[in-house]
Amino acid sequence: MLKEYQTVREVFGPIVYVEEVPDAAYNETVEIVLPSGEKRKGQVLESSRGLAAVQVFGSTTGFDTKTTKVRFSGETLRLSVSDEMLGRVFDGAGEPIDKGAPLVSKEKLDINGFSINPYARAEPHDFIQTGISTIDALNTLVRGQKLPIFSTAGLPHNELAVQIARQATVRGSGEEFVVVFAAMGITYAEASFFMKDFEKTGALERAVLFLNLANDPSIERLITPRMALTTAEYLAFEKDMQVLVVLTDMTNYCDALREIAAARQEVPGRRGYPGYLYTDLASLYERAGTIKGKKGTVTQLPILTMPEEDITHPIPDLTGYITEGQIVLSRELHRKNIYPNADVLPSLSRLMNLGIGPKRTREDHAGVSSQLYASYAQGRDLRQLVAVVGEEALSEKDKKFLAFANTFEQKFVQQGKYENRAIEESLDLGWELLASIPEDEMKRVKPEHLEKYGRKYRP
Amino acid sequence: MGELAKISGPLIVAENMLGSQINEVVKVGDEELMGEIISVKRDRASIQVYEDTSGLKPGDKVVGTGAPLEVELGPGLLKSIFDGIQRPLDVIKDKTGSYIKRGVNIPALDKKAKWEFVPRVKKGHDIAPGDILGTVQETNIVHHILAPPNTKPGKIISIKSGKLTVNDTIVEVGKQEIRMSHKWPVRLARPVNEKLRFEAPLITGKRIVDTFFPMAKGGSGAIPGPFGSGKTVNQQDLAKYADAEVIVYVGCGERGNEMTEVLTEFPKLEDPKTKKPLMERTVLIANTSNMPVAAREASVYTGITLAEYYRDMGYSVALMADSTSRWAEAMREISGRMEEMPGEEGYPAYLTRKLAEFYERAGRIKCLGSPDREGSVTVVGAVSPPGGDISEPVSQGTLRITKVFWALDANLSRRRHYPAINWLKSYSLYGGELQDWFETNVSNDFYPLRAKAMALLQKEEELQNIVQLIGPDALPERERLVLEATKMIREDFLQQNSYDPDDAYTQPKKQYLMLKTILHYFDRANDALAAEVPLDKILSIKAKEEIARLKRVPFKDIEKTVERVMHDVDSSLTRGV
Repeated sequence: MLKEYQTVREVFGPIVYVEEVPDAAYNETVEIVLPSGEKRKGQVLESSRGLAAVQVFGSTTGFDTKTTKVRFSGETLRLSVSDEMLGRVFDGAGEPIDKGAPLVSKEKLDINGFSINPYARAEPHDFIQTGISTIDALNTLVRGQKLPIFSTAGLPHNELAVQIARQATVRGSGEEFVVVFAAMGITYAEASFFMKDFEKTGALERAVLFLNLANDPSIERLITPRMALTTAEYLAFEKDMQVLVVLTDMTNYCDALREIAAARQEVPGRRGYPGYLYTDLASLYERAGTIKGKKGTVTQLPILTMPEEDITHPIPDLTGYITEGQIVLSRELHRKNIYPNADVLPSLSRLMNLGIGPKRTREDHAGVSSQLYASYAQGRDLRQLVAVVGEEALSEKDKKFLAFANTFEQKFVQQGKYENRAIEESLDLGWELLASIPEDEMKRVKPEHLEKYGRKYRP
Repeated sequence: MGELAKISGPLIVAENMLGSQINEVVKVGDEELMGEIISVKRDRASIQVYEDTSGLKPGDKVVGTGAPLEVELGPGLLKSIFDGIQRPLDVIKDKTGSYIKRGVNIPALDKKAKWEFVPRVKKGHDIAPGDILGTVQETNIVHHILAPPNTKPGKIISIKSGKLTVNDTIVEVGKQEIRMSHKWPVRLARPVNEKLRFEAPLITGKRIVDTFFPMAKGGSGAIPGPFGSGKTVNQQDLAKYADAEVIVYVGCGERGNEMTEVLTEFPKLEDPKTKKPLMERTVLIANTSNMPVAAREASVYTGITLAEYYRDMGYSVALMADSTSRWAEAMREISGRMEEMPGEEGYPAYLTRKLAEFYERAGRIKCLGSPDREGSVTVVGAVSPPGGDISEPVSQGTLRITKVFWALDANLSRRRHYPAINWLKSYSLYGGELQDWFETNVSNDFYPLRAKAMALLQKEEELQNIVQLIGPDALPERERLVLEATKMIREDFLQQNSYDPDDAYTQPKKQYLMLKTILHYFDRANDALAAEVPLDKILSIKAKEEIARLKRVPFKDIEKTVERVMHDVDSSLTRGV
């Protein structure tokens, strides 16, 4: 039932206040008809008797308070879904933009989704091999996990995301991942980088793309990831597919949220972001997972750029509190020309312990990983010391740790953009590098594993 | 019946609500979404709604229930998983599938399940509030059926026994019918006879906690730390290994997968003390971060009320709340939508009062009613300070009231030193009260020993500052020996692997022996140094490797092993002379 009002009272930034509306439903969608006849979409943000605040997904240029019409749909925002979405490109509001045939679909889903019942979740434990040593061996990704990439401007996070999307496999299952890609406020160049790579590897046929580019309306960014996740959930839990969702760039999403909050004159929280930023981000990130009795899974790989490389900035900070770990990219490694420039020390995968070990990867995985961490951390500390006292002041043992940190970066972290290492290769490489560490310092590995896997590399 | 006038996210305003009370539960709209009144002004009531409010519109009906937010207390709580307002998530799954839909109205306790009730009192007995009326075997835990705290004293007119449901009347006292279950408002602390002093520690099996920063049974503590420092792993470990009889685990605004982990793992793990599956003593409250924000606010109260209920039966209960910051943020969100004057960082001015009220519901107590019994509720709250900076209001408000502070340190977790509890920043104020217990149950020299170890760790910090300037080789040999000893304390004692079944839990006595062995080495090494044994030789003796392996020595062998290792230390250090 469509109700139309011509009673716009005020237009303030991206928000339109409509008077004399007796009963607008919260989160109801609206269509706004401009004096020029153009149409825009919007959503009710706040409703009280006689007044509705509507956020507009698009520019408000040309709005007036005289002839602009607002039509209330009586429905919350829904997306038509079908498996024919694979291979298609949509704009940030879910309209096809690839000149393909219009989508026929019977199912319409609420883009806000519903929370997965914690009791219905299955424990995620299927190891995803990305072929990248720093991830597979040290920060293992599992199916159903949400693992963001924390980057900063000018670092190759897109290359890394593409490499993961290209190489990710669940070993032994033979199933390929379907990629759902949501771009929020990134440039055309970045978006076409992803599309080109997907095209080249044939992944485009198994991908669904939602593109809101830098010059698209910023408020639309609030619905783009929800469109993508609704699609992902549908493909995973209704169509049994393994879905990898790439969301980039979450920082632009948060800025759009701040824009709305500021326009509504809400009490700002840290750095002007609204106090409910955590809750809002959680409503996106928590839509990853595996469900008991369902074959498909949703794995998330959000990308965000940390303003001023500050990991305590509210966006990475709140993200880190919700997601199951993070891969942190480092400018220092990038300057050293090391790709992928993942700094393993602040990186983490919380679900790693569920995905590794005998039957999943290899029995020595946990020990090697922990030993590599401890030894590399020690080497890094010594670098600072050397800067002050010089290398001569170090003991023989310390010199070994210092050298280890360097080879670790050059051989273990460093790999090619098309180099796809099996997990055994990564672990063996770890043992090989650890051969330079004195045996009495190898406290993190079990002695029997050292004998079985590490002995052959030791002098 | 009231009418909806305004909707703003989880907060709604209703008109025509004259006579409604603060904290009264209301049903909103056709779907009867549950909400709670948080302020009234003439006939207008502000209501926080415990479910998603999408689609609500002005004019929808709002109906008061006349009752405050309550939980249902009776057999069937253990092994269950509830959401923030005590709806059973397993039953919801059967009803609405994998997703939680709105307006689901399911009672907390199974009304059909029959429990074998064994009376403890007889017809004609006098009954007072809190008296134990009888028992039910709930899991391996015996559930005592209590006369509710608001019972009017009187004589028993009739009493039943045998297989009964939670709704059946079991005892008639005067004109009152007492059922097997009763309700209690979550925001009201359950009354006690008196609060008692602390006596025993809550043994956690974590070496850094039990030895250096012990928690008292009935005490309260905070674990603040940035993301990735291990708050959740620590909380889960406490839930697994702490020697409480009942565990209430509140996942407040955290990850869904973490609750799944608990749900999958706990039934498989056994209680180190009773050898029964851990799940049998556990109640889970899960209000994950994407579930409605108002129910998140309620979840900690739901949790502590359940904890108090088992305490009143005479059990020691431990409650883990992960994370209290999310609870505080829920308060902030609602307060912001109410347009209240914000206090520090946008949190409401009553934040510290609410925190204090919550933690003060912990304690060791003499229970109401007869027979005489003692119970305790220990509360451990995780705090998630933005950017890991604990100068923020939630951390500060929490630290002012809790007596134990386990400071998580990102620098430790980055090098995978777990538990990443910083030994120089953490504290426990229960040391004095627990001294008797440790001296009686562990050893007379336990306190001096741990003081000595802590002094060494302090010294290490000073020495590290010097090393940063001049390098380690420039230190005198005696001080290099200190660094060696503290390295052993850190790596061979403080570091503990939760995922290694041999290492995850250490008995207090074993903790003592491990620490004693390390310090024994340090003392003998000092003697050897005085006898002019070269430092390199002292540092490279084989017995040191055995000390490193003590972690994984089974408890039954530990005394013998320690004796042998100490002997090895003695002989290898004197042989060098």
